[in-house]
Amino acid sequence: MQKVRYTRANSVEEAVALLEKGGATARPLAGGTDLIVQARERRRKVDLFVDIKPIPETNEITFDPAGGLTIGAAVPAYRIYGNETVSRLYPALVDACRVIGGTAIQGRASLGGNLCNSSPAADSVPAMIVLEGVANIAGPRGRRSVPVEEFNTGPGQNVLQPGEFVVSIHFPPPARNSGAAWDRFIPRNEMDIAVVNAGVQLRFEGDRVSWAKVAIGAVAPTALVVPAAAEALVGKPLSDATIEAAAEAARQAARPIDDMRGSIRQRKHLVGVYVARMIRKAAERARGG
Amino acid sequence: MTERIIITATINDEETQFMADMRDSLLDALRERIGLTGTKEGCNNGNCGACAVIMDGRLVNSCCVMAAEVEGSEITTVEGLAEADGLTPLQEAFLEEAALQCGICTPGFLVASKALLDVNPHPSEHEIRFWLAGNLCRCTGYDKIIRAVQKAAAQRGA
Repeated sequence: MQKVRYTRANSVEEAVALLEKGGATARPLAGGTDLIVQARERRRKVDLFVDIKPIPETNEITFDPAGGLTIGAAVPAYRIYGNETVSRLYPALVDACRVIGGTAIQGRASLGGNLCNSSPAADSVPAMIVLEGVANIAGPRGRRSVPVEEFNTGPGQNVLQPGEFVVSIHFPPPARNSGAAWDRFIPRNEMDIAVVNAGVQLRFEGDRVSWAKVAIGAVAPTALVVPAAAEALVGKPLSDATIEAAAEAARQAARPIDDMRGSIRQRKHLVGVYVARMIRKAAERARGG
Repeated sequence: MTERIIITATINDEETQFMADMRDSLLDALRERIGLTGTKEGCNNGNCGACAVIMDGRLVNSCCVMAAEVEGSEITTVEGLAEADGLTPLQEAFLEEAALQCGICTPGFLVASKALLDVNPHPSEHEIRFWLAGNLCRCTGYDKIIRAVQKAAAQRGA
């Protein structure tokens, strides 16, 4: 481990002051399942961990039917899928949180950490995007909000400025007749990094899709929203043809790389498979299935 | 010279005060500062589960926790599983089913399996395999491990 100090922040203001003073090598610590390993392996220069978990706001799950759901940036995955309200109203978050690492990782790993680690393959990010998640950011100039889909700017890179950290992530209340789903492809049964992942939210008016959002991960430098996939679905009843058109739009939008986990050809193929699958699953959930 | 800190935590039901380097992980502190070497270092990056402990009721990888974070916490390591009068049924089941070969992953599997049975006393085979997916056995003795957990669960009665 590189020479690193540890300190607790008990309030948002204290965390911002510590992070601002500490500069680029001070990092907010939530579950630490990425950050501690990166610091140990010297993949990231860190000389100060600012533990944000003592801040109550980073550790709460709150919901009200008018305002929606707010999940503290440091809430560990097991508390998210163990939460009855989240399971009932936001099952796409459960889809992702259930498979981030293994059980011991889920004891600590958080949505805030998954987002700020800015991996192109992050499991929860496409799920948060299709649920219209917004990151609540605190910094030296006060608070601001950034939609999850605009948060990451490249592998390991995001919009956070010096002194800023993500306090929580907010999701609007689920729309009427809506459903969302997320899944990924990995070669093993569990415990692996996505070769492809995809999230979909659909809203229906009668039998027609009235609104759609499709996000794909691990096929570009950041998770991608695919507006053309949504356009292929909206205004029509769901059919094999519209689903295939949306899947084709996702294949076109994907800009994957070849690496040890998968080839470009395999990833392009799989992104279509997973988008189609998630469209069907989101529709099933919208119908109460 | 790096900074030293004094940490107080309840480890295996005993209030324990120890000195650690500020950059120690919980795994480093358990093994090097406190002498609890039952917890093993495998990958040291959160993939293998050999270092699993229970922290405040939840399974974690001790390599991915800073020692400084455990101030005031309750930690259970493999040394804390057995009772004064002997091994637990889970540990006995691991012995009876020969659920170990080289043994380096065993402490992590025992702690993870205990954490499972604490929240789900009668897991299905699928639930056991899913819960233990973060524990790797390089000897690939998984089937015997699963059978041992099933046996321990069955012994608990309905």
